[in-house]
Amino acid sequence: MKSTTTLPETRALPPRQDVHANEEAVSAAEKVLRGRRRRDRLFSIGGGISIAVMTFFLLLLVIPILRYGVGAYVYRGTIEDRRVQLELFERGNADRLAQEWAQVSAARAPIYKAFQDFEAELSTRSGAQRRTLRKEGKKLHELVSGLLGVFPDEPIPTLLRDRYGKTRWDQAQQQLERILIMETWDYSGEEAVLVRSPRRDVFAGTALEPVFDLLETDPESLLLPRWTFYPQFLTDASMDAHFFGGIGPEVRGTIFLMLGAMLLAIPFGIIAAVYFQEYAGGTWVTSLLRSCVNTLSGVPSVVFGLFGLAFFINTMHVSPGKSVAAGALTLALLVLPLVIRASEEAIAAVPHTYKEAALALGAGRWRTVLTVILPAAMPGILTGIVISMGRAAGETAPIIFTAAVSVGRAVRLGDIFTEATPALSWNLYNLCTEHQSIHEVVHVQYGMALTLVALVLLFNLAAIILRARVARRLKG
Amino acid sequence: MISQLPPDVPVHIRSIDFSVFYGNHEAVKKASFDIGRGLVTAIIGPSGCGKSTFLRSINRMNDLIPVCHFGGRLEFDGTDVYAPNIDAAFLRRRIGMVFQKPNPFPKTIFENVAYGPRLHGERSRAALTEIVEKSLRGAALWEEVKDRLDANALGLSGGQAQRLCLARALAVEPEVLLMDEPTSALDPKSTARIEELIVQLRGTYTIAIVTHNMQQAARVSDYTAFFYEGELIEYAPTNQLFTRPVEKRTEDYITGRFG
Repeated sequence: MKSTTTLPETRALPPRQDVHANEEAVSAAEKVLRGRRRRDRLFSIGGGISIAVMTFFLLLLVIPILRYGVGAYVYRGTIEDRRVQLELFERGNADRLAQEWAQVSAARAPIYKAFQDFEAELSTRSGAQRRTLRKEGKKLHELVSGLLGVFPDEPIPTLLRDRYGKTRWDQAQQQLERILIMETWDYSGEEAVLVRSPRRDVFAGTALEPVFDLLETDPESLLLPRWTFYPQFLTDASMDAHFFGGIGPEVRGTIFLMLGAMLLAIPFGIIAAVYFQEYAGGTWVTSLLRSCVNTLSGVPSVVFGLFGLAFFINTMHVSPGKSVAAGALTLALLVLPLVIRASEEAIAAVPHTYKEAALALGAGRWRTVLTVILPAAMPGILTGIVISMGRAAGETAPIIFTAAVSVGRAVRLGDIFTEATPALSWNLYNLCTEHQSIHEVVHVQYGMALTLVALVLLFNLAAIILRARVARRLKG
Repeated sequence: MISQLPPDVPVHIRSIDFSVFYGNHEAVKKASFDIGRGLVTAIIGPSGCGKSTFLRSINRMNDLIPVCHFGGRLEFDGTDVYAPNIDAAFLRRRIGMVFQKPNPFPKTIFENVAYGPRLHGERSRAALTEIVEKSLRGAALWEEVKDRLDANALGLSGGQAQRLCLARALAVEPEVLLMDEPTSALDPKSTARIEELIVQLRGTYTIAIVTHNMQQAARVSDYTAFFYEGELIEYAPTNQLFTRPVEKRTEDYITGRFG
């Protein structure tokens, strides 16, 4: 017999008796809901605030680096800059420079003439006044030659910075300020006060007074500032402790150190990861080794630097002193745990079924790893490599002990076992703290920072593109 | 109980009191039966009865599990599979396997099929192309993918992917095909195609198929082994087992009283 489904008789709902209880239940539910909504909102607000704060600080960091860093490549260069380019780097248009030089010389002639006149005039002055004027005149002479370069009739100084005037218009303007405004400390009161006064007052009535008019009214004619694009900043050697030239040796050193470190860390890291994941069983030895690797990634980088010095240089004698090879080895050791961890995670994430499929077709363990597991894990491994590369490029402490020097020529491949090298990270620190005139090389400092960031970004970008391509190939 | 085949059927795989242990747990208990060459043998039983474990022991896939060890003897073509001088990789070349879930490599369709032959030393592109076509035809996939051999295999549908896995196994030219619930992740239409293929491959290959689906066992197999709680309960020609089971437990299972 076919069974028929019978619905139960519909019954009337029981009448609502306890209206208040019902309302209470509703309001309790409402309360819970309201609380939940409030927490949700609070959480969104918290998230928004933290993102905003992060963005703010990121911008705070990036904007000055970009703004001043770009200034190392694009700036208003004076005729002194063009002279430096022609005379030191054999770059630029000699004829045009000669023309400009004639123009500038004509504009500068009255200044040089004034100094000669002033010298002659001094002998007419009386004792105390002559001494003051001579002293002040000497100071002015120094300041003006800082602006315009060595005076034409004087011997050519050894230091390039004394030979050439200000190459950058922003620095020329600062120098002008120093010339026009005199800063003296007034100790007459209880507290010393910095007094700023026009320098021309000192020279009132002397032959040098018209010089100030010249400097004030038309400084451009003395230096001919022009927008200059200097891409060779990236490759030029620095001249006279970064007063002139670029950061070529530093860029090269950083790239050498980074590539050297990765060249060592990538194969060892991946092999170690494969061993941990595919070969080593879950024994206590493996877990001990693994926790050693994890601990290694927490060791301060300065300790790595000391270790590199003590082990690679003093014990293993990789090189007689600091060298690119010793630095790369130390950096490799530093990033090795990163590479191992990322590779291990990537390998662990490869579906077990791939491995089974390969084994079932008669592949050995090693073949399975090479042909199936590693290709499938490649995107994850590449991510680890990207992170490690940024780390290797930026680390400073390890290379201080093992590879970096503040001044040096661009390292060549054949010299990596003997020569130390300048590197962006270390020289950035050096230029900001130990340079004899930190304020004269601000553009180089920012230029280095920008270049370092750009370099890391560039390598990251390359790796990200590679990763995307590999991932696309895997996904189909 | 030793279940033997009629004398006119050549034995391909022989299990003699074969046991599998996971640590202390005996997953397969002294199973003794013969799998005939060129026949389709179904292994059925409720979940956890040891049927997959037994199947995976034949090509030593259980070697991957460290706590796994064995008792008794399992012979393939007259030689002990677990003898110390047997290389598992070499054995697996002769005993192919298709898994429960389609598991193509994240490579192109061509590379998937060519993987096995490449592994075993085939370098010539022309020979590989030939093998790939032959294997894909063997798995009834050629017509569907011949224009996109360079497409990624992960883009295939579940049924296609499973047939690709079959083609990949066939490309190595094994003697035996082990199938571990090959259709449990597929829709009915794809299941039917796989079953058709099994019937077509019968005779050329010795096929052992683990299945949850008793209709499937009845449709495609010559012999059926029924496992229950690690024990081989009954082994008989399929139509006999499904119509006149000797054992009470077999009858209960195939009539749906448990499992």
